[in-house]
Amino acid sequence: MSNETPTNNSRRNILKGTVAIAAASTMPLIFSNKAFAANYTNEPTGSTVTFGFNVPQTGAYADEGADELRAYKLAVQHINGEGDGGMMNTFSSKALKGNGVNGKKVVYVTGDTQTKSDAARASAKRMIEKDGAVMITGGSSSGVAIAVQGLCQEAGVIFMAGLTHSNDTTGKDKKANGFRHFFNTEMTGAALAPVLKNNYGTDRVAYHLTADYTWGHSQEGSIRKYTESMGWKTAQAVPTPVGAGDFSQYITPVLNSGADVLVLNHYGKDMVNSLTQAIQFGLRDRQVNGKQFEIVVPLYSRLMAAGAGENVKGIFGSTNWHWSLQDAGSKAFVKSFGKAYGFPPSQAAHTTYCQAILYADACQRAGSFKPSAVGAALEGFKFDGLGNGPTEYRAEDHQCFKDVLVVKGKENPSSKFDVLEVVEVTPRAQVEYEASMLGGNLGPYNNG
Amino acid sequence: MNWLNINKNDRNLLIGFIVVVLLGPLIMEPIGGGYPDLLQKFAIFGIFAIGFNILFGLTGYLSFGHAAFLGIGSYTAVWSFKLLTMNVIPAIILATLLGGFFALIIGFIALRRSGIYFSILTLAFAQMSYNLAYSVLTPITNGETGLQLRLHDARVVDGLFGVERTAGLPNTELFGLAMSGWNGYYFCGFLAIVGFFISLRIFRSPFGLMLRAVKSNQHRLSYTGLNTRPYTLAAFVISGMYAGLAGGLLAVTDPLAGAERMQWTASGEVVLMTIFGGAGTLLGPVIGSAVIKYFENIFSSFNEGILLNAFSFLPEGLQQAFAWTVGLFVGEGWHLTLGLLFMFIVIFLPGGLMEGATRIKSLFQSSTKGSPPIQKDLPVEKS
Repeated sequence: MSNETPTNNSRRNILKGTVAIAAASTMPLIFSNKAFAANYTNEPTGSTVTFGFNVPQTGAYADEGADELRAYKLAVQHINGEGDGGMMNTFSSKALKGNGVNGKKVVYVTGDTQTKSDAARASAKRMIEKDGAVMITGGSSSGVAIAVQGLCQEAGVIFMAGLTHSNDTTGKDKKANGFRHFFNTEMTGAALAPVLKNNYGTDRVAYHLTADYTWGHSQEGSIRKYTESMGWKTAQAVPTPVGAGDFSQYITPVLNSGADVLVLNHYGKDMVNSLTQAIQFGLRDRQVNGKQFEIVVPLYSRLMAAGAGENVKGIFGSTNWHWSLQDAGSKAFVKSFGKAYGFPPSQAAHTTYCQAILYADACQRAGSFKPSAVGAALEGFKFDGLGNGPTEYRAEDHQCFKDVLVVKGKENPSSKFDVLEVVEVTPRAQVEYEASMLGGNLGPYNNG
Repeated sequence: MNWLNINKNDRNLLIGFIVVVLLGPLIMEPIGGGYPDLLQKFAIFGIFAIGFNILFGLTGYLSFGHAAFLGIGSYTAVWSFKLLTMNVIPAIILATLLGGFFALIIGFIALRRSGIYFSILTLAFAQMSYNLAYSVLTPITNGETGLQLRLHDARVVDGLFGVERTAGLPNTELFGLAMSGWNGYYFCGFLAIVGFFISLRIFRSPFGLMLRAVKSNQHRLSYTGLNTRPYTLAAFVISGMYAGLAGGLLAVTDPLAGAERMQWTASGEVVLMTIFGGAGTLLGPVIGSAVIKYFENIFSSFNEGILLNAFSFLPEGLQQAFAWTVGLFVGEGWHLTLGLLFMFIVIFLPGGLMEGATRIKSLFQSSTKGSPPIQKDLPVEKS
């Protein structure tokens, strides 16, 4: 640089500044040129293909996230032909041969969503931009799933939703690049309501405690829709913050509300805490309106039931899958999961395992990892042998349709894993709805 | 036309800053950070921390609520994309202005107190904003899910100029240049340079001197008959505008605004960044924010598989043991590493990383030339 004094070199500095700005504006072109070389985002060119597993490793849903990650690792092993093959042996599509996908070995990268949309998108971006992931999967919160699904649509990679139960994921926030195997609150409402009617009658007053985000609202809406149509009344619906820990201030008002059913639209550690506290407050020992007070947990998982222990006995809910199912697929999955980790898988593990296998299978059948090609292979795809009976990926909203399980906390558990019993398997026809009912628009595929 | 009238050291600092921003991708590549999203975060949180430093570093007022302005900036920008145009210029201008406007309101009230009471007031305001965004104002903020673009948003200005609607979601753009990826980084980087330059001018101005006077002894300043409130309020609003700009840029590079951006942990993060790098120094906050974002994004991604690979040269048992030990500090445990590092900095280098740099520099200089350190900024502990 020059040795002139600062006062008389402003022109020179302006020139320098101009050069810097010009350099700054041409620099991006050098880098972005790389992006146009490939047919689609992160087209795998080497001998491996990278999947991105984006799960909560911290926060209220960390237990589910840990189980999802275990299942993903197992799925990758099975796709690459290691281990005993699990549900790949019972899966109706035989495209995968246990030698990776399209001749490429599957490797994976992981990220922590922290159950926060921002953090989840940041880690998904890292996996797409830095690690070259061709598909992102995971999530144990609908808010996060919707945020990451939007990101994948923009980036041009496929998103295989993990545990996300809100209607919005494949409803008003659905995206062409996003696919969901898990069921939703609409199906829960349709399946659970008849069971509640048979057990508790048509003359009930419900009080809702609702996790204050997209899933909670969706869950509350669906349960109200189906219970109110069979004659129940809703006393009040109170939103509670996610990860609150202490729910006693929300439970006290229930005692004087005149309600005789408490619906806990909570999940994960929140459900464990709110249910435990509700029981401690003696709600289930009460008689209201001449009827026994009851608690309903619409979305159950084994992890939650185990966390809540004794308190879940006799409480109804629904679940996507349960390890005690006796079909060949479930048995094969439980066996290989149990062998690897020493305990049975949760529904979160099951749905994420299925999603990984379904994606790999679709790529194999499409002969490509291109999102539009993979999507076409998944749309309308009918399959069996993944633990839920005959299942279809509906083309209109990229939502899987299958039977729904209504479960109850087991009165006499035989082991610490045997906490839920299946009350009823609601057939697919009973929970199916028109795709247009939930609004939204898939839009076109984005290949990046 | 003496607008770039800065002394030689500052000029070199500015040129150095520009060079680092331009060569960012090349510099970060060897340490695994050479991808757009992370570098965008560096630039954006750099801007955030530079702005925060104008308040905290100069006046010593510790605000625990700056994330509120970040969130407001993001929501404003996303609404600008939804209602006006996908062009980023109106979005960031509106985000900056609205950030400043809210800072004016909150600052007007909170600055009636100083010290811990000021911190608590700002924290309370930020928490209020967070709760408003999270549930009360759901129609505006879309609650927990976060505000996102939709296919059928109005985008009035785009409509006026006859911009064709794409079949999918549109990208944010600067007159046709898509603002994701590297373009987005250079756009943020350019604004970071501008922000850095403005901060440099403020540091060297009489106004900056006034702010430093507030920090060293506000009472004495009051006794001389000066009203310090306008100065502190101006600093508060300026830093609020920086935060609004940073929030707007977050939405520019990734058009989504969520309430958790306003949570108190996010406010705490910028305090950490500033102290980590060195409060009251020009470069410190930028370096601090880069280090923290690097940890958050890179260290958290090291999973067991990567560790086992890294230690694969060791025998089986040792490999497992090493991977397990190191695993405590990376992956989910990245907070632990950051905490330890932070403790180390606060105990041994109260002036942050910049104090470390100055010490090394003065050591080097005293052994060769024997001259005192060139840059003498106020140490942080005198707040």
